[in-house]
Amino acid sequence: MPKERIPRQEMPRQAPEERRRNFEEVALGYTLEQALTEAQRCLQCKKPQCVEGCPVQVRIPEFIGALRDKEFRRAADLLKDKNNLPAICGRVCPQETQCEARCVLARKEEPVAIGRLERFVADWERQNGVRVPPKAPPSGKRVAVIGAGPAGLTCAGDLARYGHGVTVFEALHAPGGVLMYGIPEFRLPKDVVEAEVEYVRSLGVELRLNWVIGKIKSVHELLEEGFDAVFLGTGAGLPMFMGIPGENLSGVYSANEFLTRNNLMKAYLFPEYDTPIKVGRKVAVVGAGNVAMDASRTALRLGAEEVHIVYRRSRAEVPARKEEFENAEEEGVIVHFLTNPVEVLGNEKGWVRGLRCQRQELGEPDASGRRRPVPIPGSEFDMDVDMVIMALGTRPNPMVFTQSAGLERTRHGTVVADENTGRTKLERVWAGGDIVTGAATVISAMGAGKRAAADIDAYLRGEGNQVWWVEPAATAAS
Amino acid sequence: MYPIVARQDLAPVTKLLVIEAPEVACKAQPGQFVIIIVEEHGERIPLTIADYDRRAGTVTLIFQEVGKTTRLLGTKKPGDELFAFTGPLGLPTEIENYGTVLCIGGGVGIAPVFPIARALKEAGNRVISIIGARTKDLLFWEDRMRGVSDELVVTTDDGSYGRKALVTVPEKEILESGEPVKRIWAIGPAIMMKFVSLTSRPFEVKTIVSLNSIMVDGTGMCGACRVEVGGKTRFVCVDGPEFDGHEVNWDLLMERQRIYLDEEKRALARFEEMCPSCRGEQH
Ligand SMILES: Cc1cc2nc3c(=O)[nH]c(=O)nc-3n(C[C@H](O)[C@H](O)[C@H](O)COP(=O)(O)OP(=O)(O)OC[C@H]3O[C@@H](n4cnc5c(N)ncnc54)[C@H](O)[C@@H]3O)c2cc1C
Ligand SMILES: Cc1cc2nc3c(=O)[nH]c(=O)nc-3n(C[C@H](O)[C@H](O)[C@H](O)COP(=O)(O)OP(=O)(O)OC[C@H]3O[C@@H](n4cnc5c(N)ncnc54)[C@H](O)[C@@H]3O)c2cc1C
Ligand code: SF4
Ligand code: FES
Repeated sequence: MPKERIPRQEMPRQAPEERRRNFEEVALGYTLEQALTEAQRCLQCKKPQCVEGCPVQVRIPEFIGALRDKEFRRAADLLKDKNNLPAICGRVCPQETQCEARCVLARKEEPVAIGRLERFVADWERQNGVRVPPKAPPSGKRVAVIGAGPAGLTCAGDLARYGHGVTVFEALHAPGGVLMYGIPEFRLPKDVVEAEVEYVRSLGVELRLNWVIGKIKSVHELLEEGFDAVFLGTGAGLPMFMGIPGENLSGVYSANEFLTRNNLMKAYLFPEYDTPIKVGRKVAVVGAGNVAMDASRTALRLGAEEVHIVYRRSRAEVPARKEEFENAEEEGVIVHFLTNPVEVLGNEKGWVRGLRCQRQELGEPDASGRRRPVPIPGSEFDMDVDMVIMALGTRPNPMVFTQSAGLERTRHGTVVADENTGRTKLERVWAGGDIVTGAATVISAMGAGKRAAADIDAYLRGEGNQVWWVEPAATAAS
Repeated sequence: MYPIVARQDLAPVTKLLVIEAPEVACKAQPGQFVIIIVEEHGERIPLTIADYDRRAGTVTLIFQEVGKTTRLLGTKKPGDELFAFTGPLGLPTEIENYGTVLCIGGGVGIAPVFPIARALKEAGNRVISIIGARTKDLLFWEDRMRGVSDELVVTTDDGSYGRKALVTVPEKEILESGEPVKRIWAIGPAIMMKFVSLTSRPFEVKTIVSLNSIMVDGTGMCGACRVEVGGKTRFVCVDGPEFDGHEVNWDLLMERQRIYLDEEKRALARFEEMCPSCRGEQH
């Protein structure tokens, strides 16, 4: 039944020359007509490959089918059956390596724009009123969730629906984790995040902000004081530096600091908001992940004349989401591949005046399977910049582990936890998200929060596996 | 929200506020600090825990009005509330019975030195204290410091009260007098802590300082507060705030404290242009 081919619907976006100077959302979302047209493209496969590519197995053909039939509410319910944060995931998931990479259409033409449809349905729901789903009767059990990022919020929401009393402890003054402090407004509007937080609150979850666990209370104390279970979702928030000379000069930021000042503290609205931020005339951003893209595009929007990304590998290895890398290049960010900083140069006042770099070539594959960059001797050169932002990745913040003997960690500082259940080596303590995997994705953190909630629920009801820890060797599937 | 339950004006620009925060009071120890946001659009600033009352569930802050945020904080009265209050942060002071110790507080640094001196006294130390300020008006808590010290020297730069000297003058005299001082604590402006450390260095007396770098989160997540101690990068909010003063790279600390000078001036000028009721000064 050969049908006339409908092309993949493009997402309307702000023009590059306009958006590179404002903080409004770049991607504007499908119109109703575009969404319905795109939904037509889905073949409604009997054995949908796309679902296999989704870390939480969203019912993709079903929700797209409902959307095609203009049953928006049903589409939203189907989507939310597996994904608690669709408005966020539709905007920030790396679909090109997940669901869309597996879509059968991708073999011959472009895949169905699953992410854009997800966003459309979620935005429709937000505008037309989110329904609070039914809750199980109260179980009388209490769970402490530490960290209000995607892992913690998802776990908390599900636990509340299962009937448990849930308190979320968050170190910062605003919930959302990286969604609030890391990912900028132009990619993920904060009112989208706030709506998701409100939804979790509406389920009866109590949020305690400004509570740094490990300082004000330890995990052990929470258990002793009457919580039946604890979920750790504190992410991987500790910034890494390179350890090169000049890294502490004024004008060298970690991406975390730069983005936190801008996003969480709203420094781009200074002096309406009190937190100041500096932006150089010429800015170098070290790294090429999502964090580097966000930092460089933020620097542009704050008024930098030139923004340079410095990356030690080549284009093929860029870890950022494809769409964001393209957006950054379109907006005028200049990318230097196979280049690695060796020293930050300072002036007499202690401010950055340049970045000394060394060219690299690709050698043998390393542990990550990517070809290892090898420095080319004698290839040093100086870049003329007055600000440097280090976007090199992050590790779990050890603060939460104060006085929590028994929680086993890896040498990367991540918590050892069972992949299917989230159980740690410490009884009645679960963990999920970046604290277990190291810096990863929103959807994987959300999935981990969901699986842990299911296991916590079973455990607290005396169902499921009551033997706390089974060595993976005995059960390993891999 | 965190209610203010009491206020005291210690000097024209130095104010004391008592905040209701029972869980923080319960865990607070000398040497630790909190991060506060005064009002919703405000910045996060660190203030040392000057005192705490576990039974009443309160924490005492003492601050000097130096810019927009501390000026705004200075308009707050009992019944008002702080938007955010996080703590206790940082590592506590290592309190032990060392023998004889010297506690030096400069300006608003008298506030954080007090709970340290008190804890050292309770641990059995002979406590000698020096408190100093530019001028008489900036001094406070002389009586409280006297109450926890075996000896107390008071100095002012201009001689308007106590001895006319910088705190380093009696410091040197005490060290030269043969007092068996085992450890020194010094808290105040960076420049004062730098000179106290330089003064004690020839005597090889370990000198603990509390660094006041610029902070944002206060939990190790941003790196704004990084300093160099012993040639290594450390985060003041999690590795400190107390460090060995003989190892600190003071010039770097002072340069980094000046990063936002222009913005701070702009914010203050804007605040001063506001009418008193917008500033929150009229009720
Ligand atoms: C700039 C940036 C851009 C990104 N872009 C993308 C993207 O486009 N797509 C994508 O899929 N992923 C992206 N990621 C990754 C993604 O955001 C993370 O993988 C995800 O947020 C991890 O969720 P989490 O819940 O595990 O932790 P987090 O989101 O880090 O949340 C942890 C929360 O715990 C709190 N916390 C920490 N310690 C304590 C404590 N001791 N007590 C109480 N609370 C504590 C933190 O304040 C935080 O709110 C990006 C990350 C960054 C930094
Ligand atoms: C661990 C620690 C404990 C402190 N304890 C006290 C205390 O008990 N009493 C007290 O009066 N002051 C204390 N300070 C200093 C206090 O935080 C600053 O005076 C305050 O932030 C100034 O804010 P402002 O807007 O009023 O002034 P601004 O005009 O913004 O700044 C004045 C100066 O304060 C410093 N400063 C500015 N913003 C920050 C920031 N976000 N974090 C840290 N320093 C900043 C800068 O060096 C600046 O030059 C402490 C600082 C630290 C790091
Ligand atoms: S694989 Fe592609 S065509 Fe098939 S169901 Fe999934 S989205 Fe539709
Ligand atoms: S204040 Fe952010 S790491 Fe110390």
